[in-house]
Amino acid sequence: MQWDYFFDQVISHRDALLQGTAVTIGVSLSAIVAGTLLGIAIGVAVTYGIKPLRWPARVYIDIIRGTPVLVLVLATFYISSAVGLDLGAFQAGVLALTLFCASHVGEILRGALQALPRGQIEAGRAIGLTFAGIFRHILFPQALRYALPTWITAAVEMVKASTLLSVIGVAELLLTTQQIISNNFLNMQFYLLAGLIYFLIDFAIEQVGRYVGRRLDRPARRTT
Amino acid sequence: MTPIVEVRALHKRFGELEVLKGIDLVVNEGDVVSIIGSSGSGKTTLLRCLNLLEEFHQGEVRIGGESIGYRQRNGQRVRASEREIAGQRAMTGMVFQAFNLFPHMSALDNVTLGLTRVRGMSRRQAVELADHWLERVGMLERRDHRPAQLSGGQQQRVAIARAIAMNPRVMLFDEATSALDPERVGEVLETIRSLAQEGMTMVLVTHEMRFARDVSDKVVFMDGGRIAEQGPPATLFSTPESPRLQAFLKTSSL
Repeated sequence: MQWDYFFDQVISHRDALLQGTAVTIGVSLSAIVAGTLLGIAIGVAVTYGIKPLRWPARVYIDIIRGTPVLVLVLATFYISSAVGLDLGAFQAGVLALTLFCASHVGEILRGALQALPRGQIEAGRAIGLTFAGIFRHILFPQALRYALPTWITAAVEMVKASTLLSVIGVAELLLTTQQIISNNFLNMQFYLLAGLIYFLIDFAIEQVGRYVGRRLDRPARRTT
Repeated sequence: MTPIVEVRALHKRFGELEVLKGIDLVVNEGDVVSIIGSSGSGKTTLLRCLNLLEEFHQGEVRIGGESIGYRQRNGQRVRASEREIAGQRAMTGMVFQAFNLFPHMSALDNVTLGLTRVRGMSRRQAVELADHWLERVGMLERRDHRPAQLSGGQQQRVAIARAIAMNPRVMLFDEATSALDPERVGEVLETIRSLAQEGMTMVLVTHEMRFARDVSDKVVFMDGGRIAEQGPPATLFSTPESPRLQAFLKTSSL
């Protein structure tokens, strides 16, 4: 292996590599944040919603979760332009990943909320809290603790799924890597480098998750 | 004597099954009323109607003179808004069989949650009041413990502090000692007894016949969704009139 040549190539493409990494992180984080917020709303609707809310939420979760992400990405990209929504590849890609993330977060949250004993809601009602207060102070913090490990897994999945945006031309890390390789043919080295960067991003997400988990486990937290 | 709880012609159904078939009950200020009866007689359901954890289909419940849960709109009986119901629930304090403490919070925070979020107290006021009631139930030293670090009896005492710190008009106890180990029952009953002696208005659903006899001003015997017999404990336990109560008392240890 010609290491000198490889390092030269890394240095001369460093801007592109950094740019691609930044796009990957940006796409993933946007989709995770937006998808989590939307997913919380869907999870609440499917668990506690009145029927007209519960059914659409259930159908949403089942359909989106059952669809391959690549299909979602392509569908969002082509359907949005067909119906006159002027989304660029980046926006369409983020939207697709957000919808996908939300379906998973919704299902994760539903599972965690349903695992909580019924008496928790009743105890909250008995002290005069409205549902919003019960959810915020009693249900959500407990569900978060249950759901956190699965949520971290879902977040890592989102980073992996962001590679699929390369097919609609978003220059994230994978597409950038492929473009570099087409110039210098260092297939193995640059794919390994991309793999390492993906690993580091996922590793960072897991560390954040562990940190949050430890915070949640800390005894005698002040809640007010 | 001011009536705190007034129940009139209360009916409640679970689907086709009518579990409360017209209940009339008055609890005066400072009274301790025990509801006894076999499982399925409707006693827990009645208690849960008093703080609207159960809906009811006919009749009326008044707490402190205010009719709760439902209002008349254009001659129709409609359920009150969520916010109104939440406020009405805060007029009563409920102690559950399974304690239902919030496991992610310390004992102290279990008590302060309602004080800050419902009563609108500052954190400092709430802590001061919570400490007062935790001391009162003998749990001040454990205020920073989570429920999982407490015994059943200790958890139930924290739950009592959580309910009573809200300054309710009436305390409702739903089989508060049924889930406890036998050696833990005494400490919780003692706590309830001392609150009763201070003049707290209480309604207890209980299987502890001896306790009901000792602590109550009135005992209510429910059978098949109706109040079959009620009166002062001395008369009710020594000279039960209905054959159903006679049979019930024979099978329960006094």
